[in-house]
Amino acid sequence: MDAKELIARRVAREIQPGMLVNLGIGLPSLVAGFVPATSGVFFQAENGVIGLGARPPEGMEDPHLTDAGGSFVTAVPGAASIDSAMSFGLIRGGHLDVTVLGGLQVDEAGHLANWKVPGKMVPGMGGAMDLVTGAGRVIVAMQHVAKGEPKIVPQCTLPLTALRRVDLVITDLAVIAPTPSGLVLQERAPGVDLDQIRAATAAHLVIPEEVPEMTRPGGRHSPGNCFGKG
Amino acid sequence: MKATLKAEAAAAMIPDGASLMIGGFMGVSSPERLIDAIVARGTRDLTVIANDTAMPGRGIGKLISAGAVSRVIASHIGLNPETRAGMIAGEIDCELVPQGTLIERIRAGGVGLGGVLTPTGLGTEVEDGKQKIEVQGRTYLLETPLRADFSLLGARQADYVGNLCYLLTAHNFNPMMALAGATVIAEPEAIVPVGVIPPISVKTLGILVDHLLRALLGKGC
Repeated sequence: MDAKELIARRVAREIQPGMLVNLGIGLPSLVAGFVPATSGVFFQAENGVIGLGARPPEGMEDPHLTDAGGSFVTAVPGAASIDSAMSFGLIRGGHLDVTVLGGLQVDEAGHLANWKVPGKMVPGMGGAMDLVTGAGRVIVAMQHVAKGEPKIVPQCTLPLTALRRVDLVITDLAVIAPTPSGLVLQERAPGVDLDQIRAATAAHLVIPEEVPEMTRPGGRHSPGNCFGKG
Repeated sequence: MKATLKAEAAAAMIPDGASLMIGGFMGVSSPERLIDAIVARGTRDLTVIANDTAMPGRGIGKLISAGAVSRVIASHIGLNPETRAGMIAGEIDCELVPQGTLIERIRAGGVGLGGVLTPTGLGTEVEDGKQKIEVQGRTYLLETPLRADFSLLGARQADYVGNLCYLLTAHNFNPMMALAGATVIAEPEAIVPVGVIPPISVKTLGILVDHLLRALLGKGC
């Protein structure tokens, strides 16, 4: 299984039936593929739909129905369309249960940087700052290392997305929960040992005596392995 | 009954240096015919307030390519390399605003509020130079209202009194921008008799719409 699929499958197990969930562009968007259609989960696209569905069949695209990345999508039964004020009212107002975003850096305080690399990448924050500030739970889904550089660092050097401590970081190597007492290593990817994780992490990790492997894909999600909001 | 006007006539109302709110999200439901007419007229030095600047060849992207824009207030410009190039070259002044803050600043401007208190942006570079206000033990940033000389809307249908409806994700910034422009120009894909848009489906009131673009014959619903 490739790294992105591993991450997406692990994130999917954090999503409980009936939740309202926002998935970011790129890797986070893959998560929808691993959430059963029967779970009653509604996905939000912040440009204006609650109940985002898969790509339409070829030739059936509707230019009035796209996701926040501009791709053609469908809407599931029970979906609703909304304007941007309502969409961000849901996000800031605490009505969105989970947001899953990509990350450039996460630090020991649980701060996320994911919208700007000064001088290189200045696309604008879009909805990211509102999502991280307002969502019930913030899950960062990202590669553990980018071009040899650790992304989990003592203190973010890139501009922060929000002051809020994110709730869970899921990478191709590990599941890490930012807490008031630091970054707690909760799970290892299949076949990955602690030394590999330490070597790929610039930040200090709190390592419990036992760090289980991520539940095998398709395995049952145990609510007990989620550290909560801290 | 609203009078309709051609896109060229609408564009002629917009002088150099005007501020425009333009509906749409990555080009979805932007008023393309109006934008084409502004480009054709060669209007310059425009301020554009919008979610994003779309991409070259589409929606607001066409205004950027034409060099018509000197200032952008948006949440995202990442899909338009020409906006970024203009920003780096110092030709376009870009103010990047979190999307939820941007829509609320527009709403505040449109509904007579003196600003918005939001936690979004606290502790980030967005808070630079802004007043912080504590309410009931929580800290917020004071974000100021936005208004514009013109709001340019893209809608699915208009009826003869100017009521507008939108499809699915084509609402986005349009309904709030209808409140915050001194002059509101709507470009519907089709114009229908009064009653065809049921009262419960009207999302922008006809009383807010000053001008309707003339229907493009042969391109109805």
